Amino acid sequence: MQKFAQISGTAAPMMKANIDTDVIIPAKRLVGHKREELAAFAFEAHRYRPDGSDNPDFVLNMPRYRGASVLITGENFGCGSSRESAVWAMAGFGFRCVVAPGFGDIFYNNAFQNGMLLIRLPKEQVERLAAELESGAAPSMTVDLQEQVITAPSGRQTRFEIDAERRQALLEGRDEIGMTLARDMDILAFQERDRVARPWIYETSPRNEPA
Amino acid sequence: MQEHPRTLFDKVWSSHVVTKLSGGVSLLAVDRHLLHDLEGGGSLTRIADRSLKVHNPELTFSVPDHAVSTAPDRRVDSTPNSSRLLCEMKERSDAAGITYFDLGSEGQGIVHVIGPELGLSQPGMTIVCGDSHTCTHGGLGALSFGIGATETMHVLATQTLRQVRPKTMRIALDGNIAPGVAAKDIILATIGEIGTGAGRGHAVEYAGSAIRAMSIDQRLTVCNLSIELGAKIGMIAPDDTAFSYLAGRPYAPKGEMFDRACTYWRTLPSDADACFDTEHVIDASKIAPQVTWGTSPQDVIAVDQRIPDPARESDPQRRQAMEAALSYMGLKPGDAIEGTPVNWVFVGSCTNGRLSDTREAARVAAGRKVAPNVRAWVVPGSEATQRAAEREGLDKILLSAGFEWRKAGCSMCAGINGDIVPPDQRSVSTTNRNFVGRQGPNARTHLASPAMASAAAIAGHIADPRKLG
Repeated sequence: MQKFAQISGTAAPMMKANIDTDVIIPAKRLVGHKREELAAFAFEAHRYRPDGSDNPDFVLNMPRYRGASVLITGENFGCGSSRESAVWAMAGFGFRCVVAPGFGDIFYNNAFQNGMLLIRLPKEQVERLAAELESGAAPSMTVDLQEQVITAPSGRQTRFEIDAERRQALLEGRDEIGMTLARDMDILAFQERDRVARPWIYETSPRNEPA
Repeated sequence: MQEHPRTLFDKVWSSHVVTKLSGGVSLLAVDRHLLHDLEGGGSLTRIADRSLKVHNPELTFSVPDHAVSTAPDRRVDSTPNSSRLLCEMKERSDAAGITYFDLGSEGQGIVHVIGPELGLSQPGMTIVCGDSHTCTHGGLGALSFGIGATETMHVLATQTLRQVRPKTMRIALDGNIAPGVAAKDIILATIGEIGTGAGRGHAVEYAGSAIRAMSIDQRLTVCNLSIELGAKIGMIAPDDTAFSYLAGRPYAPKGEMFDRACTYWRTLPSDADACFDTEHVIDASKIAPQVTWGTSPQDVIAVDQRIPDPARESDPQRRQAMEAALSYMGLKPGDAIEGTPVNWVFVGSCTNGRLSDTREAARVAAGRKVAPNVRAWVVPGSEATQRAAEREGLDKILLSAGFEWRKAGCSMCAGINGDIVPPDQRSVSTTNRNFVGRQGPNARTHLASPAMASAAAIAGHIADPRKLG
């Protein structure tokens, strides 16, 4: 997994609540495309006009926000489907960090598995950041995970909270499968105890094989 | 010493903690891992590529559903992607020793329909799957939730997940459900009342007399829409209704083992004085048949209500969202929703693709004809559901009314297999998401119950099934 320590770059405001993962990447793109190809379809329904050209009104197409690596957005971002492709499409598009009042629970876990930092801030603070991006000169922002601080274009700093475990995993770019397998003795011991307590869980041959 | 009162969720969660890691993260044991065709084969390939082994193949089950054709004469290669996805999944499952429910076998179907139906899903289990509607299995009292592709690999390799414990929420639905009102109406009205983000960060328990009176099929429908409430986990306390549902199912415990499991299952319901972080109380007796008007499941009204006016909304962000939704849906504020002409009707999906749903659709359609401007599909949730419905003659009732009767799969809920609603066409659908483009580019989706969908097919417009009788 890609490490995350500190990034500086363009930040784009997309202040809409409940942006779902079907909007981030439509279902029809989930088959037949490699992960690295998904960026072309990120926010597809809003990003392109019916003739396939860029929709100039879509915020990520505006010259000011091109190449953004930080997204400032509304409540419940990434709700809906569990598709991790939503994270891959956004990462391919260049995003490393999303700031919102809240995120869909499954999207939240998926992002951290891919080196993407999601920051929860109170709604007023998110709206203030978005307003600053829209009014200020260059909409650039620095996100420092080590210090847990966002620096807005004006230089104003906002502190954010994050689970210690998730923070450490991002800073180190951890491979969680490897780390968990290092605890396989614990897992096997759990299963051994559990086989005694709940033997039916492990008896999975069918009574009658489905025809 | 009196034990600390615990919720259903607390009991199931704590009995699966292998070890507590730092920062509030627990390593949680997984009892059932279900794989479907979108990520199943690929995940197994990536595990093999990393020279990792599937930790517990006997606890893992795979089934094709999203990409498969639902055409009556379908084959493995009937859709552009299904051949590749299904072959990879079958080969990799066989190689790893994982049970694969192939097309044509009674086990095939939508993963969240076959789990309960085969008795794979049981009370007190942890169940995960790379699909957000895994919350469905909570209808039997399981702690089940959707995971991403990386988490899927983690479960394959370790049979565990690293998870932060969610908060708990109880939604008490009390009162007698009115005649002609479905479980779908109950949960849609609940989402409309508390909002699509209300359950975020929570494991929800649905309780109350309305829930206790429900069949398992109905409970599965309620739990299925937990994710549309923002909660990745939804659960209902297991009771005699659940135990008799499971008895005799192919993968349920048998004989003496069933009795032993039952004794354990009876310890699972929340203790009387258990505390929840958040509580909601909803009067289920006041709920009428529901239908959505917008592009979020929370955009929902009763069938006899009028489309809301964004001008009356004080929050500017919400007002904008409502305006955008009405423009996408081609609807006008203040109009009655009843009478809105429709072109497509879809009955199926992990929300409403079970036998009782098919019965409801057939009951409304019996002796009537689908309106000439409507194309109406019934897609059973599983091969077993299809066979059972055909034994009851439901297929004949639906076919003679002018419905199409198809093969099991996710079909028009996600549109991944090519079953889509054409642009600008309006559908009444028993599915779970009315998101922009969900059923196809510019498709306009109204979520509703099977009876509502069937009534719309007959009437040619959104209609109240209670008036059809």
